[in-house]
Amino acid sequence: MTAPATLIRRPRIAPVWRRPLAIVGILFVSFWFITMIIVPFLPLADPLAQDFTPLSPPSGTHPFGTDILGRDVLSRTLFGSRATLPFAILLVIISLILGSLVGAIAGYFGGVIDEIIMRIADLVFAFPTIVLAMVVAAALGPGITNAVIALALISWPNYARVIRSLVLSARNQEYVVAGRLLGAGPLSSLRRDILPNVASPMLVLAMLDLGSQILLLSGLSFLGLGAVPPAAEWGSMVGDGVQQFSNWWLAAFPGLAILTVVVGFNFIGDTLRDSLDPRSANAVTQVNA
Amino acid sequence: MMGAILQLDGVTVRYGRGASAVTAVAGVDLELPPGQIVGLVGESGCGKSTLARAICGLQPLAGGRITLAGEPIPPLGHRRRPARLLRIQMVFQNPYASLNPRRRVGDQIEDGRRVATRPVGSVSDLLTEVEMDASAADRFPHEFSGGQRQRIAIARAMAAAPDILIGDEPIASLDASLQSRIASLMRDVALRNDASLLFISHDLAVVREIADTILVMHTGHIVERGPAERVWAAPQDPYTRRLLAAIPIADGLGRIPG
Repeated sequence: MTAPATLIRRPRIAPVWRRPLAIVGILFVSFWFITMIIVPFLPLADPLAQDFTPLSPPSGTHPFGTDILGRDVLSRTLFGSRATLPFAILLVIISLILGSLVGAIAGYFGGVIDEIIMRIADLVFAFPTIVLAMVVAAALGPGITNAVIALALISWPNYARVIRSLVLSARNQEYVVAGRLLGAGPLSSLRRDILPNVASPMLVLAMLDLGSQILLLSGLSFLGLGAVPPAAEWGSMVGDGVQQFSNWWLAAFPGLAILTVVVGFNFIGDTLRDSLDPRSANAVTQVNA
Repeated sequence: MMGAILQLDGVTVRYGRGASAVTAVAGVDLELPPGQIVGLVGESGCGKSTLARAICGLQPLAGGRITLAGEPIPPLGHRRRPARLLRIQMVFQNPYASLNPRRRVGDQIEDGRRVATRPVGSVSDLLTEVEMDASAADRFPHEFSGGQRQRIAIARAMAAAPDILIGDEPIASLDASLQSRIASLMRDVALRNDASLLFISHDLAVVREIADTILVMHTGHIVERGPAERVWAAPQDPYTRRLLAAIPIADGLGRIPG
């Protein structure tokens, strides 16, 4: 027996996710996530083993060449995803939670609390991000964990500022007032009525921020304040490559890795923003109502 | 337990400071006895909604006092609303804004039940009381029409077992055929639950159908008060007469009111 044609359904993908940029973004990001997971099981040279002829250009045995210590650049580039992606995601999650908490409190309570929190945020904004990150990272000492801490301390104001303005506009909504009249205290009001309604712009912000956080994290490693040698990390690999400019493959491949992953996250962030755009969401609501 | 009395004495609310201050409510006296339906009518900007907000503690007073069962109502700051004030509940004007779009209807009604000071029916009882299907509890507000949402908002307010229910223009954003149905629903629900109802509207024709007493408000003052039929049939104040004359009559003659 054949099913009627109307019963055959393909999974519905929203049109914004079918745009070329979205597809490119998803491809790049999924490539690096899959690599991150399966790279130890691939038939690759040990990223730390100094077994090969130093500085040999890309060839059949070493498609990305070898570096000054005779390590395989392909293996180091692929393993580099493990030094970057988890930490960048952790970093964004930490700054998202920290910034949301602080920003929501500032926006909801207003007054003196708001002033104090936002002036501290202004203080952080007053310095160029990478310079301030360098100062904090240098004070904490090199290491990828310290780099994450340093960047988290510097990137929370971005989130705080955005969520503060979202909470400011949400807190006078009638449903928030109705919740207060039904006896909701400030915390349950924030949790029940406000945060669920500001979550989607925060998600977009986090996704767009992921790309720039990877850049900053790699930047710190490039300057020697992030990952410690001999760890395979893109930023420090580019840093090593710059010392050996005639051997282009040292910096080019890890640089390409940073480029693809950052571009991928930005494309996904843009697409997410378009798919959660309040105007299109309203249009859907009105059709349903 | 019989409901408590809400009393307003010389209530004044001002917006802004100094020379540019606007007096929205100017010395209003009002008493809402238990089980009474009081209609408050007046044109836009006359201070009706400000008065409703003041009763809920959402608007600080510039003068006068509001008491519930003899105790004053303090402005609602950031703290949790005190339990005795949960006996005042409000139904808002815009049913598209007064329900949280991200939470299920049942959960929102449950919030009210949790703070009720006396036993109330289940969520499905409450939904049935406002003539909604009990299955609505598992759905989100955007799945309902404006009239249905206003019913849900009434159910949510009644879930807290209020002694005093305030309708702040609850029918203003509904279409004409629904207005009197929602208004009489509010009246019935309030009476069945021993609550008094302060029904605010600009539509004297609808208010007359449901209210025992009518108050007419104009530029912050109560210009006329009395039993509904008396105000309707023999208005004393010139403003009330103008308001009555402005009601369109569907007699097919095509007259422009006023």
